[in-house]
Amino acid sequence: MANVTMTVNGKSVSKPAEGRTLLVEFLRDGAGLTGTHVGCDTSQCGACVVHVDGKAVKSCTMLAAQADGAQVTTIEGLASGGELHPMQAAFREHHGLQCGFCTPGMIMAAVDMVNRLGAPLDEAAIRAELEGNICRCTGYHNIVKAIAAASETMAGMKTAAE
Amino acid sequence: MYETNYHRATSVDDAAAKLGAAEDAKVLSGGQTLLPTMKQRLAAPSDVIDVTHIADMKGITESGGGIRIGAATTHAEVAGSEIVKRMLPGLAALAGHIGDPHVRHMGTIGGSLANNDPAADYPSAALALGATIHTNARQISAEDFFTGMFETALDESEIVTAVEFPKASACAYAKYPNPASRYAMAGVFVARTDGGVRVAVTGAGQNGVFRHAGLEDALAQSFSADAVAGVTTDPDQLLADIHGSAEYRANLVTVMAKRAVAACA
Repeated sequence: MANVTMTVNGKSVSKPAEGRTLLVEFLRDGAGLTGTHVGCDTSQCGACVVHVDGKAVKSCTMLAAQADGAQVTTIEGLASGGELHPMQAAFREHHGLQCGFCTPGMIMAAVDMVNRLGAPLDEAAIRAELEGNICRCTGYHNIVKAIAAASETMAGMKTAAE
Repeated sequence: MYETNYHRATSVDDAAAKLGAAEDAKVLSGGQTLLPTMKQRLAAPSDVIDVTHIADMKGITESGGGIRIGAATTHAEVAGSEIVKRMLPGLAALAGHIGDPHVRHMGTIGGSLANNDPAADYPSAALALGATIHTNARQISAEDFFTGMFETALDESEIVTAVEFPKASACAYAKYPNPASRYAMAGVFVARTDGGVRVAVTGAGQNGVFRHAGLEDALAQSFSADAVAGVTTDPDQLLADIHGSAEYRANLVTVMAKRAVAACA
C-alpha cells in the first residue's frame, strides 16, 4: 500500500492507504477525525463535506489518493483556541440542528458558501446553495437563519481585519 | 468498492501510457459519477488514471472567436468563468446547475462528456452549440461524438483533452430536474449560431442526447416561445420509467424549449 500524505487542519498526516480508500475513511479511520460523517454514502446527503484546497467536496466521493498533497480542513479544524467558529456559534444560537448528524457537513458547506459568495447572503441564495446537504430533522429554517447570521458576523470580522 | 490502483498522470502522454499499460483502466476526471458507480460495484476498473493534475487539460481560453475549455476544468470553474459568462451565458448557467456545489468543485466537463449519461447536462450544450471534442488522438465533432446511451466515439485508450465551443449570438438551457436525483428528466439547450438555430435535448431520449428538427424548424421561422408551443415530440423515441412516461417527457421537452427560448431574449 502506498502512503498518502496530506495536511489536515494544519497538521501533516501520512498513512498507508489502498487505492480504493475514500477520503472520508482516511480522515475517520486513519486520522481519527470522526467529526466528518458518512450519511448516505451515495454522494447525495453532504454529511461528509470537508474542504480540500479551500473548496467544499464530498469526502465519500473522493479517493484519499486524490487528496494526496492537499490541504484538508474538517469540522475539527474550524474552532480556534477554544472559540467556536462564527458558523458553529450561529448554528448553536439559532438552533440550526436537532439530531446533529448532518451538522458537520452543513457547517463546512456553509463556510464554503460564505467564502465564495460573501455576505450578506439572502435566503434564496442560501437555500439554493444547500442543494447538496440533506437534513431530516430541522426543516432547514433554522439552518438558513444560522447561515444568514453567520455570514454577517464573518463579513464583520473580515472588515475588522482589513 | 473493489480494490483499484490509483495513478496520477503528469501529462496527456503520461495518462495515455498509463491507460494503455493497465489491464482495465478508467480515466478518473473528478470521479463524481465514476466513484459512486465503483462503490456500487457497477464498475470495477483495475486502475484509475487521475487526469485532473495535468496543466494542459485545465483552464478556459478564448480561441478563434470561440471558447476552449480544458477537459479537466470543473463545473464550478466553467460556471464562474468571466469568458464563458460573457460569450456563452447559457453554458455558464448550465454548469452552475449541475449536481450541487460540492459536486461542481470536483466534476469536470471532459468527464461528463466522455461518460455521456443520457440525463447529463453538458452533452446538450456540446451538440446544440456544435462543439468540437479534442482528444489525445484527434478532433471529433459533437455530432459524431455521442453515439448512444453512455456510448461515445472514443476508443478505449482515447482521452478527452479539451472541448472547443464556437460562439453563438444567444444560447440558453432549461431543464426539469428529477425531484429526487436532480438529473434532467428533460433538458433543452437552444443556440442561435452562424449555422442557424440549433436545439439539443437531454434527459429524455432513449439513445441519449439528440437534436430536435421540429423545434429547430419552428425557431428558424420565428424565434419565440410561441413558435415552439405547438411543436410535439414523438414519445416512441423517449425514455419511460417510474419517474415519468414518454408522453410526459415529450410534453416537458416543449415546455423546457419554451423556457430556454424565453431565456435567450
